[in-house]
Amino acid sequence: MTRENVWLAGLTAPVMIAMLLLAGSPSVTANDHPSAATAEVKIDNFSFGPQTVTVPVGATVTWTNRDDIPHTVVSTDGVFKSKVRDTDEKFSFTFTKAGTYPYYCSVHPKMTGQVVVQ
Amino acid sequence: MPDKKQDLIDQKLQDLNNDGVDRRGFLKCMAWAGTGLVWTLSGGIPVSRAFAKSDGKDAGKSADFSFVQISDSHIGFNKPANPDVTATLQTAINKINSMPQKPDFIIHTGDLTQLSKPSEFDTLDQVLRGASAKQIYFVPGEHDMLSDNGEQFLQRYGKGSKGAGWSSFDHKGVHFVGLVNVANLKAGGMGSLGHEQLEWLEDNLKGRSASTPIVLYAHIPLWTIYPDWGWGTDDSEQALSYVKRFGSVTVLNGHIHQIMQKIEGKVSFHTAMSTAFPQPAPGTAPSAEPMKVPADQLQQVLGITDVNYVVGGSSLAIVDSPLGAASSAASGNAGGPWRS
Repeated sequence: MTRENVWLAGLTAPVMIAMLLLAGSPSVTANDHPSAATAEVKIDNFSFGPQTVTVPVGATVTWTNRDDIPHTVVSTDGVFKSKVRDTDEKFSFTFTKAGTYPYYCSVHPKMTGQVVVQ
Repeated sequence: MPDKKQDLIDQKLQDLNNDGVDRRGFLKCMAWAGTGLVWTLSGGIPVSRAFAKSDGKDAGKSADFSFVQISDSHIGFNKPANPDVTATLQTAINKINSMPQKPDFIIHTGDLTQLSKPSEFDTLDQVLRGASAKQIYFVPGEHDMLSDNGEQFLQRYGKGSKGAGWSSFDHKGVHFVGLVNVANLKAGGMGSLGHEQLEWLEDNLKGRSASTPIVLYAHIPLWTIYPDWGWGTDDSEQALSYVKRFGSVTVLNGHIHQIMQKIEGKVSFHTAMSTAFPQPAPGTAPSAEPMKVPADQLQQVLGITDVNYVVGGSSLAIVDSPLGAASSAASGNAGGPWRS
């Protein structure tokens, strides 16, 4: 390589890396909304997994029932309440306010979990 | 004392596994224990019985009346543990219809349906219409409260009941009380009766002679079997305190899809098999999920419960029968000490 080419290559690489970084990250600026985050909770063997899920404000949590038995997802503070979910059925809720949201299955109340929104 | 009693019962069950029942020795134990359980083998399946104090009074009598408990039919369930729960319920009804002593009525201790769907209740009703016993009493399970807080259950089966569906009736001198412990369940808790129902129960039992045999029936067990899986009722102690003074109390429950029994003083607790699918024994699986067994064994882990009452007897005789047996030996017909 010629000296000029090496110099150009040296300039190009960091520019390309910077472009890739900018393209890959969520565009967060002072005036932008963060792109909506999602989280999954699996209902399996009469338990919510993960039992505690932490998400940013505006995130949508989706519960999927993997048991052969129906379950529900019910906030203990009345914030959300799913219809009964049979095997493979889902329930989603979008959390617009920060806080801790304990919930349980109203059919099998020993099943408990919480969503931490921060 | 209770530990010693339990050791003896466990010991006898151990012998059962190894070399069959030593009946004389076992009965001697039971005479000491007062009311007790007799396990016999019928077609290779343990069949249990509770019988009265051995005062000989009941010897040779057939029951003055009997009724049958069925439970956990879960109409609408269609997963591998049993793809056709309607068929196995029909088998249970056929079995009831062919019993030599016709039951006066049937009690269903809940989880009639899988998802509280109208079509599921309809299918259940269709099958039950074929029962020769025309009077059927119901209490809901948690699966019957799913879409509408049990509104449909009440409309179909709750005539004359109070609150979430509790009620009582008398039959040939025995007082029956149906309780609901699957409504308004609290996070982290087990079954729950609630203040209103407990007040009603206390009032319902007031003034009754202590010699009146009492039968309580509810879906979730009224004694603590396995809290991790919710197998118990948080406020059952209060309910049981109201029946403490009675000479004979029988508690019939479902929910756990297997037979469990306990005798505490004059109270006999019993849970029934399901007519739909079995569940694992406490702690033997990650959860109380429907338990798959080889297809040719399914009929042996589903069953009905025949309860016999003899006037003047001090307890009810409970006979569990699987829907089918491995061998040709009849199940559920083994007579108690008082039957000829």
